[in-house]
Amino acid sequence: MITLTMAKALNAGMRRALEADPKVVIAGEDVGKLGGVFRVTEGLQKDFGEHRVIDSPLAESGIVGTAVGMALRGYRPVCEIQFDGFVYPAFDQIVSQLARLHYRSRGLLQMPIVIRVPYGGGIGAVEHHSESPEAYFCHTPGLKVVTCSDPVDAYWMIQQAIASDDPIIFFEPKRRYHERAELDESLAPAPLHSARVARPGTDVTLIAYGPMVKTCLDAAEAAAEEGHQLEVIDLRTLSPLDMAVVYESVQKTGRVVTVHEAQLNLGLGAELAARITEQCFYSLEAPVLRVGGFDIPYPPSRVEEEYLPDLDRVLDMVDRSLAY
Amino acid sequence: MSDISGASGEVELVQLLTPEGERLEHPEYSFSGDDDQIKNFYHDMVLTRRVDAEATALQRQGELGLWASCLGQEAAQVGSGRALGKQDFVFPTYREHGVAWCLGVDPLHLLALFRGIDLGGWDSQQSRFHLYTIVIGAQTLHATGYAMGVERDGLVGTGDPDRDMAVVCYFGDGATSEGDVSEAFIFASSYNAPIVFICQNNQWAISEPIERQSRIPLYRRASGFGFPGVRVDGNDVLAVYAATTAALERARSGSGPSLIEAYTYRMGAHTTSDDPTKYRLADELEHWRLKDPIERVRAYLRRSGSGDDPFFADVEAEASDYAADLRARCLALPDPEMLDFFDWVYAEQTTHLAEQKAHYAEYLATFEDVSQAPVDGLAPAQSASGRQPQPAYPRGVH
Repeated sequence: MITLTMAKALNAGMRRALEADPKVVIAGEDVGKLGGVFRVTEGLQKDFGEHRVIDSPLAESGIVGTAVGMALRGYRPVCEIQFDGFVYPAFDQIVSQLARLHYRSRGLLQMPIVIRVPYGGGIGAVEHHSESPEAYFCHTPGLKVVTCSDPVDAYWMIQQAIASDDPIIFFEPKRRYHERAELDESLAPAPLHSARVARPGTDVTLIAYGPMVKTCLDAAEAAAEEGHQLEVIDLRTLSPLDMAVVYESVQKTGRVVTVHEAQLNLGLGAELAARITEQCFYSLEAPVLRVGGFDIPYPPSRVEEEYLPDLDRVLDMVDRSLAY
Repeated sequence: MSDISGASGEVELVQLLTPEGERLEHPEYSFSGDDDQIKNFYHDMVLTRRVDAEATALQRQGELGLWASCLGQEAAQVGSGRALGKQDFVFPTYREHGVAWCLGVDPLHLLALFRGIDLGGWDSQQSRFHLYTIVIGAQTLHATGYAMGVERDGLVGTGDPDRDMAVVCYFGDGATSEGDVSEAFIFASSYNAPIVFICQNNQWAISEPIERQSRIPLYRRASGFGFPGVRVDGNDVLAVYAATTAALERARSGSGPSLIEAYTYRMGAHTTSDDPTKYRLADELEHWRLKDPIERVRAYLRRSGSGDDPFFADVEAEASDYAADLRARCLALPDPEMLDFFDWVYAEQTTHLAEQKAHYAEYLATFEDVSQAPVDGLAPAQSASGRQPQPAYPRGVH
């Protein structure tokens, strides 16, 4: 049993992957000597060499595009995009190239590529460093999208993602990089594409992922003091969604609030609401309600705490759900 | 005032065979093959042109949705394609039909793509010819990454001709304006990747002339990225072959990337959807027709005595037979099944997609063949697909 931060857990997970498979390579801006701007790849180039931990030129499309080529050559690249807002220059390579090659080749070509993206706000950053672009990638067939919410999941999920033969966008909640947890390596991890009940409850289901899981757990703790038992689901996998866990919870509670940092319009909450309504219509006691970022570009950091869903906004929506 | 072209001196053009069919010497590049090899080039170029013409005809008859003709670019494609070693790997655009021919890719696969049967049906790993890429320039990064992998595999600079390999990446003059191409040049140069970039400058990116893409000759771009560039007469199969051979040897030996600008001309439209009479003059076409890549080889072979009437007649006959057979095979291609496409999205299928496929299959099962429908009274309305809707609509389909 060891205690480690999410950043260290990701580092340890990638180290395991590099040790386990000589075809695993890491590429990105500043991932080598510096160890990445968040130090997530710290020490890996020193131990595995410049051929396996590659400092890339400052070009995101180039990082992903060359990873596609390396995958065609049998490698398993793990790309780092330095910040969420810098993934867009690679959009064509991700959406039109990477996501389609297995499909275009009728399964002959596999694209075992992981694209790590530190995402989300709450760190007081300048513009383009606090985005939540996950819905773009969930909307794209051929990609799988996952996000971890704590160090234990981070450690296992990065290894599972690297072992997957499908391209995976791996979102890392950067404001949780330095939160700690105990890791017991003797416990078998859950499958990569599965959701989990992070806190059981009976009254309202909160569905969250990534940075908002902690916010929802805090909200559930506060609600418990007022006598409401909230069930918190950590989705973990955003595409494909693991809806079985969600449906089971909704059939029990009859009330749902989805929570994410991303803008509400056409976000994950909208898809969850649609699917829950289709499958659990007769179980619902209230409409599926959503908490999210406002439908404005991410604001300057002095007001980001107002933009980001927090405990109070989550509990306010819980109250509205309970009022039906 | 400095030269705005960014470089002084005349634009050089490597040419080993004139449009009139005369062999030339060049201080750096030479063609050391014999006339039999040149006859093979001729054969490949004629077959490529005939396949291309058949595909254009098929499109005009409604049998292909689109075709991107390579008319006029046969020497650039066959000259480079025939220079490839048996380990080398190619990343094409969507117009490299002549290179596909050289690598043994059945042209039926190319027709199938443009007929709307599939999205690239050949085994790219086995043929060493990657799937066509339609987004302009995107494949230059794939090729560079592949070359970076080759270098990591230790297949560069060993001196063993059965081991060392290189990557060839094709793109056009329009692509050189795309950011991906500049990024590919930077990655290739920075990592000294074993790659040969072949830019077929066919003078036109749909309606935009080369002057809209570059104010300097494209081959000079290479020096800005730190590797050599050369312009060859792209309608001279011997020059293209010689330059590609040299660039491949350089890449395989571990000396890094290079750029070949094959200076040629798009004799046809951009695609069958294009109308070049709206933006270019007929006399430009006539000017380039005099530089035809096939005619100059025919002139040379006649001049040297290696090609006689029976040889040329045999090639023509073979091309006609091949085209007729290709047409028949194209028309016999079965349409794909929608349900199959669900299975190719992921290596590991998702529950969601499996369910969506199952629901669609259930939905299809609610239709039946019109020929089996009851005929008492009026025939029910027929759907466009010929399927017969049933009154009971399945519930829960989503």
